[in-house]
Amino acid sequence: MSEVTVITGTRKGIGRDLSDYYLMKGHIVIGCSRGSASLEHERYGHYELDVAEEKSVIHMIRDVKKKHGRIDNLLNNAGIASMNHILATPFKTVHSIFGTNFFGVFLFVREAAKAMMTQRYGRIVNFATVASPLRLEGEALYSASKAAVVNFTEIAARELARFGITVNAVGPTPVLTDLIRNVPKDKLDALLERQAIRRFGETRDISHVIDFFIDKKSDFITGQVVYLGGVHY
Amino acid sequence: MEKKIIELISQSLRILNEEWQNPKLENVDGKTRIYGAEGSIDSLGLVMLIADLEDRLVAEYGKEIVLADEKAMSQKNSPFRTVESLGSYIAQLIGEEARIV
Repeated sequence: MSEVTVITGTRKGIGRDLSDYYLMKGHIVIGCSRGSASLEHERYGHYELDVAEEKSVIHMIRDVKKKHGRIDNLLNNAGIASMNHILATPFKTVHSIFGTNFFGVFLFVREAAKAMMTQRYGRIVNFATVASPLRLEGEALYSASKAAVVNFTEIAARELARFGITVNAVGPTPVLTDLIRNVPKDKLDALLERQAIRRFGETRDISHVIDFFIDKKSDFITGQVVYLGGVHY
Repeated sequence: MEKKIIELISQSLRILNEEWQNPKLENVDGKTRIYGAEGSIDSLGLVMLIADLEDRLVAEYGKEIVLADEKAMSQKNSPFRTVESLGSYIAQLIGEEARIV
């Protein structure tokens, strides 16, 4: 039986790559984004929604459960970045960053966990960032929203453990996607200098960690955050 | 409708109690206390009941209702007190949704 994997933010970037990867591995992949699907596959389903919109998330997860009977994996990939000095950051931007990066994660975890709870099995992987442990200037709001995801992951892991659900997070280094297209080159070079392994991340680095977290044998691994590139707190 | 909802809640509690084996839930009726003072279940049980009931409400009425919403959590008298109070609360939520539609 194919695993049912829900991935948020699948229209482009890492989410799109992860969709292709897990489709290739035989999963049924259910994605979502604000826009229409960017891929077509017999095992791919897509929902157009804002991850911070409660009713839409509830509808999506219940519809997935109705159509496929279960949800094995949830990859909370959807995220937005905004590089700016805090003194120049509009409050609206803060709402928008926390809406997608944190409230969206909360909604998907809450709703997917209800489905996973009844099947007594589930694997949830959230997305952190090396920007939090590196305390990157100009990334205060992005980092803070992801730091919230880390703490949420650690506590959700405890609250959901008794239902056979694990909750972990992967903390990627910069990957060359739209998310960092506006970050100046010198900033990115300085960031790479602070990694133990000085190169950009690739989707395969991220999917490798996710593969470990969602492996059925990883039932004793929860509340963990793996930062890539040799970055740590 | 409320009677039907109370039956759904009772069914849900009976099925969950196959695992919990709580003597207080052996004969569920409208007066059965669910959560809070003299309640039959703890917060973990409440979480399981909410998830199970939300599923049953979708199947029965096609309504995607969130039981743990702000209103439920902020009421002075929690709707999760008894089977009857929860039944009235759900009927009210379904009614509100129907009016919005």
